[in-house]
Amino acid sequence: MEDLILAILVALALAAVRLKDLLGAAAVLGAYSLLMALLWCRMNALDVGFTEAAVGAGVSTVLLLAAVNRVGRREQGPGVSPLLKPALWRLAEHRAALAERPDRPLLSARTMALLVVGLTAAALLYGARDMPRIGDPAAPANRAGSVAQHYLRHAPADTGAANVVTPVLGDYRGYDTMGETIVIFTAALCVVLVLRQAGRWRGPKEAP
Amino acid sequence: MRSTDSLIVRYIARRSVPFIQLYALYVLGHGEDGPGGGFQGGVIFASSFVLLGLANGWGYGRRAAPARLLDPLLPLGCLIYLGIGLAALLAGGAFLEYGALAGSDDPEVRRHWHHYGLIGIEVGVMVTVSAAMATLFFEMARPARVQARVDRVGEEADRA
Repeated sequence: MEDLILAILVALALAAVRLKDLLGAAAVLGAYSLLMALLWCRMNALDVGFTEAAVGAGVSTVLLLAAVNRVGRREQGPGVSPLLKPALWRLAEHRAALAERPDRPLLSARTMALLVVGLTAAALLYGARDMPRIGDPAAPANRAGSVAQHYLRHAPADTGAANVVTPVLGDYRGYDTMGETIVIFTAALCVVLVLRQAGRWRGPKEAP
Repeated sequence: MRSTDSLIVRYIARRSVPFIQLYALYVLGHGEDGPGGGFQGGVIFASSFVLLGLANGWGYGRRAAPARLLDPLLPLGCLIYLGIGLAALLAGGAFLEYGALAGSDDPEVRRHWHHYGLIGIEVGVMVTVSAAMATLFFEMARPARVQARVDRVGEEADRA
């Protein structure tokens, strides 16, 4: 089941990158987040899945739609066709045109990007081999004496909350949650400052 | 964003708002017993205004959640969180030690106040998150016509 979801996620990510229609790309990213939420739920991370569904699939998609509404629906510049064959054709043309220029760099920007992405992916795949299986009792996070075990054992008695996630966020990691709240406040503040001309706009009174 | 032409969509969107908001409060209140909490509840609460804005037009949604209401709510949530932390400090405990709010050493009373403190900070998170999400949407989705007027007001103020 996880493999199927992961395969669909990869396909959706490729589609989001290749789509020229930004509205469609935003919708694809929404579907991506919803599948991600499903994946979190399969891992028993219900709170994360809930947040992913509400923020990733819900509000983020709407914010992307709002941005598309401002910048226009079609992507500008030399395009990448969703079909592989025309894309390869255009890539060959691009390389041929580049090869004729006298000041051509040793590696084109695309080759460099491919190299960086390939190396990063190789490093991540190499690191992923050492990841413990989900729920593995021998994993460092689950060993006796680890902080996770302490939370699981003591949270109900310490706080009286049945869902351990909430005391972790609100009690044991209360400072972090306060910082997160301030980060969200700051993000909204910045958007207001940029898009509302430093507060000179007096609210929606003049709005239609 | 313009309102949709469909009367049905506009009507259903308007009528859904109280149910979405009630569900958001449920998510907030049950964060201790199940998945959810202030953050998720805040996002869901804000989505009710986003739905109004999408279905009934930007101006309709903005009138339901005007800037003069949302702007003070943005820092208010942070201040609620900070205030509860400082209140615990003043009551003789550590910063954000909710049990100290009880002002007594009875473990039963401390446990109750611990609940109140935890719910209190969740309310703070929800206030800031819901106001922030709605503000992000309404600032970004502002129609070009209105945005042009905003820019003109700003430029005139810059010249003055």
